[in-house]
Amino acid sequence: MAPALIVARRELAGYFATPVAYVFIVIFLVLAGALTFTLGNFFERGQADLQPFFAFVPWLFLFLVPALTMRLWAEERRLGTIELLLTLPLPQWQAVLGKFLAAWAFCAIALLLTFPLVVTVNLLGQPDNGVILSGYLGCLLVAGAYLAVGAAVSAMTKNQVIAFVLAVALCFVFGAAGSPVVTEFLSTRLPVLADIARGISVAERFGGFTRGLVAARDLVFFASFIGFFLFLNAVVLDHRKAD
Amino acid sequence: MSELIEIERLTKRFGGFTAVDDISFTVARGEVLGFLGPNGAGKSTTMRMLAGFMPPSSGTARICGADIVDQPVAAKRHLGFLPEGAPTYPEMTVTGFLEFAGRIRGFAGSALDDRVAHAMLLTQLEGVRLQPIETLSKGFKRRVGLAQALLHDPPVLVLDEPTDGLDPNQKHEVRELIRRMAPEKAIVISTHILEEVGAVCTRAIIIARGRVVVDAPPAVLEEEGSTLDDVFRRLTLSEAATVTEDAS
Repeated sequence: MAPALIVARRELAGYFATPVAYVFIVIFLVLAGALTFTLGNFFERGQADLQPFFAFVPWLFLFLVPALTMRLWAEERRLGTIELLLTLPLPQWQAVLGKFLAAWAFCAIALLLTFPLVVTVNLLGQPDNGVILSGYLGCLLVAGAYLAVGAAVSAMTKNQVIAFVLAVALCFVFGAAGSPVVTEFLSTRLPVLADIARGISVAERFGGFTRGLVAARDLVFFASFIGFFLFLNAVVLDHRKAD
Repeated sequence: MSELIEIERLTKRFGGFTAVDDISFTVARGEVLGFLGPNGAGKSTTMRMLAGFMPPSSGTARICGADIVDQPVAAKRHLGFLPEGAPTYPEMTVTGFLEFAGRIRGFAGSALDDRVAHAMLLTQLEGVRLQPIETLSKGFKRRVGLAQALLHDPPVLVLDEPTDGLDPNQKHEVRELIRRMAPEKAIVISTHILEEVGAVCTRAIIIARGRVVVDAPPAVLEEEGSTLDDVFRRLTLSEAATVTEDAS
């Protein structure tokens, strides 16, 4: 087994050995369900799809994913186990990748547990399950993008509160960059920046997935986004290991 | 090749502060090197660089011929390292933790089970094998860290304060263990306890302010001064005094 997978396996088991996993999953499921049925008007809109659900998931991830990543490296530093992990014979990027994969798999588990929603729409009508599937894929990619940002921020600071706040702020920038408020404001004043804002927007890319559009360029975007922040994570870690 | 650890002009600077200043020495198979010095002298920093945790500012070291800067993974394979304070993952069981370290080191299946069982035998951990590490006493935690360092039977052992927090019986056991392993390994231990140096080490290095001030067998040190304690105080305090004079 690749070292990254061994690290990921240990990490994932660690989530479930502490209350972190259960609190995260319960809060995520309660909020996702509640928001979909109340603010999302799940029944009133009379359509058999999961649009209201997909509209809220990125906003939930905006707060819940940084809560997951804030302890990623900070906890290793606090316990001193970072010294153990990075003196085991594995390349450093494998440790970075392993931690990311564990957190990502954990988000995937949380998403999978929203399956009653899929069952519900299938009982009530004939939804396009392809669109639902691509929506879930989009959610997973947004989670991955936010995780990569949060993990890199966590490598920068020992303080978990700072890691959380900075990660939320950064994720918000990437989440909101493509929203009409931001792009309209920019296009009237700085049209060049408006294009850039749309270009780096996670939400903009996610929109395609919720409409059932799985475009290669969006997949490339998420892959390079995650890759870039994991690379940043490894570089930061290398310079600030002992702090 | 008998020189298993070769340290060459190793230096570590933090901003303007030089924690480790141009240290060079080698450790051969069969040697147990006691690494002594006051707090903040650069013991842990040197060990962390040797273990590949911190990159040196300049200079390098080789473990079994593998350069810690150019071939870090190869160097780490030959090394068993007990970090300061013996950090472990608190939520894991003793077996789970050792299996994790073993898997990273490339063991699997029955070979992994054998390694874990043997390491637990050496450090007398069988009684607590399925307990989460956070429920163990300080002495047990330290031995879990030690078991992790011994797991793959490495030719080089670097142990940062291996007997800190152990009771006299456990200290005795760890020293016995080090003595038993000594003939076929190169071992570096750092310690505050000077009697320990006389008990297990074949050679002692005292560092102060990042520099090696003495490198001799403990018996020789004791002949010079009256006791190791006196030698230690004289060397480390006089060194501090000279530096203060230089600065003024």
